[in-house]
Amino acid sequence: MYRARIGIRSHVFASLSELLAKASPFRSGDALAGVAAVSAEARMAARIALADLPLRAFLDTALIPYEQDDVTRLIVDDHDTAAFAPVASLTVGAFRDWLLSPRATTEALAALAPGITPEMAAAVSKLMRNQDLVVAARKIRVVTAFRSTIGLPGRLAIRLQPNHPADDPRGILASTLDGLLYGAGDACIGINPATDDPAKLRVLWEMLDQLIDRHGIPTQSCVLAHVTRQIEAIEHGVPVDLVFQSVGGTEALNRSFGVTLALLREARDAGLSLQRGTVGHNVMYFETGQGAALSANAHHGLDQQTCEARAYAVCRAFAPLLVNSVVGFIGPEYLYDGKQIIRAGLEDHFCGKLLGLPMGVDVCYTNHAEADQDDMDSLLTLLGAAGVNFVMGVPGADDVMLGYQSTSFHDGLALRETLGLRHAPEFEDWLLAHQLLDADGRLRDARSLPALPFDAAIAALRR
Amino acid sequence: MSLPAHDDDAEPPLSPADPWNALRAHTPARIALGRSGASLPTRELLAFGVAHAQARDAVHAALDVTALRAGLAGFGLPILEVRSAAPNRAAYLARPDWGRRLDPASAAVPSASVTPPAVLFVIADGLSAVAAQRHAVPLLAATLPLLEGLAVGPLVMATQARVALADAVAIRLGARLVVSLIGERPGLSAPDSLGAYVTCAPQPGTTDAERNCLSNIRPEGLGYAEAAQQLVALIRAALAAGRSGVALSMQAAPAPSAIER
Repeated sequence: MYRARIGIRSHVFASLSELLAKASPFRSGDALAGVAAVSAEARMAARIALADLPLRAFLDTALIPYEQDDVTRLIVDDHDTAAFAPVASLTVGAFRDWLLSPRATTEALAALAPGITPEMAAAVSKLMRNQDLVVAARKIRVVTAFRSTIGLPGRLAIRLQPNHPADDPRGILASTLDGLLYGAGDACIGINPATDDPAKLRVLWEMLDQLIDRHGIPTQSCVLAHVTRQIEAIEHGVPVDLVFQSVGGTEALNRSFGVTLALLREARDAGLSLQRGTVGHNVMYFETGQGAALSANAHHGLDQQTCEARAYAVCRAFAPLLVNSVVGFIGPEYLYDGKQIIRAGLEDHFCGKLLGLPMGVDVCYTNHAEADQDDMDSLLTLLGAAGVNFVMGVPGADDVMLGYQSTSFHDGLALRETLGLRHAPEFEDWLLAHQLLDADGRLRDARSLPALPFDAAIAALRR
Repeated sequence: MSLPAHDDDAEPPLSPADPWNALRAHTPARIALGRSGASLPTRELLAFGVAHAQARDAVHAALDVTALRAGLAGFGLPILEVRSAAPNRAAYLARPDWGRRLDPASAAVPSASVTPPAVLFVIADGLSAVAAQRHAVPLLAATLPLLEGLAVGPLVMATQARVALADAVAIRLGARLVVSLIGERPGLSAPDSLGAYVTCAPQPGTTDAERNCLSNIRPEGLGYAEAAQQLVALIRAALAAGRSGVALSMQAAPAPSAIER
């Protein structure tokens, strides 16, 4: 039982799950689940009670019983007590103060990550304003590598997302070349296929492999099919760089995605077995998103942000290259408007980073959400300030396969210019070698170039 | 007065398209847009704005049931009107559970005197009333003649409706199979895509894995005649098997996950 008194009213919270849910900033998905605070005052009472709670409480009380859920077991079994020691005596409220203080240096935060559980991260984020989420996340660096190095200070990478509604290889190649000529693609070139047909998927993997190989592009490909398709492909000798899977914060949600922790281990081992990384061996790419657990009725009464943070425990068990919160994709029944999407994007980025993950965010919305490009500009700029590792690059922000709006190649350029963010170093060298960047690191006008690096590929597509 | 034939001092256009403009032939994606500094050229900013405006208008448009009723009248079938428990569009968007339940008032509407039909059509606004308004009548005109020999029930118009609202109507009318013709979430390229969800033996709590779905029905996507052929094939196969969805091995995809509907 957890309590807080405001004036003459006493607020009581029966469980830790209820306390976390009611402390969460309002969002439609928590109202849909029936776990949101019923009044603004009740929400503040929950935050007051949460601020007084020792961080250790999360080690004593599992939100989903250990026996029932393998994500809980992962969280408990992997907890690093020594890493937790510097903050072991703090309450959640004092932890916020610590995170914002000069004591929480980049080095201290890196050492702390294995000692923090998802529930601790979610709890403290609920006491933090958007500004706090930016200030604290900015101090955290998580660097990963495969053929490019991602997450270095002052750098931003872009996942080039060249989707096509019918997986037409020429259409995908056209969007890929467009993105590369706009300086996008240093995080990866990642296709969401419309098909699940192994033969058609193989065409996409081989096309990207040839492009990357022929032009020496320091990046990695990914075809975001189900992980079993990717394992099969690896077994059949297909050139797979990154292994992708959507994951969630409960065993039941992962089951609804058709995955188990054992399957993810198998997938990672398969990816590593190909030894295709050059500057590093982070071979996994995960996507997550608030609301997924409720939509699969797999949330165990938890609020959606706490469920999301638990997904990061799954991710960090597999040393990923990229973790992407697809924040606005799920729709207005979970995140109703621009305000809720912006808040959730900052929470996910902060919580993931605090837990030691290479966080990117798909800054995005659907047409039935109360959001527009202005909201995405705000979130993208905030995430740039917060030091996000990577964002999406979709031609013209319009994903013609998935039917939603993400960030464009142009958005990536604008963010780089606004905040002085450079490409991944290997990719930057490649762009310079092909004269796509000028001496100031700015994209050159393609019409001023003597030759485009993909002239032959473009000419072939013209025929 | 004449236009200057050639002006060597004229500045080139501020934001021409990119030299690889020809690649646009291969994809509907917005490539080779050119740029103004790092940003979109004004013409592309406005083109995107128009597409988004149309999608937003489609989401918020109300189904004109009077006009739809007039269009459906020609089929010679009884016409019913139901609404979901979502009182308005804002509630509909935030509470998909309400959109799946019949409004208590309209729950009484379907008449017990109707003979239980084999096939029932529910025409629903969904996330694009524009799609239902434009495409439901021509799709039915192509579909109904192909259903010879099957008892087709009343045509039901449903507002503030999700796919599963059709289950509730079908259960009430005792229909063996229900087809929900419903406006899909508008994309930037198409604000008026109609979806057709086929559910055999609907029950309370039927999941999307138990439905089959045809998507993107509109003249520029899956045309009426082709959609009607596929739909009737699905209907007959589902009735023969006594089930629909993943269990029904057909070319048509099972309905995607429930997140957006």
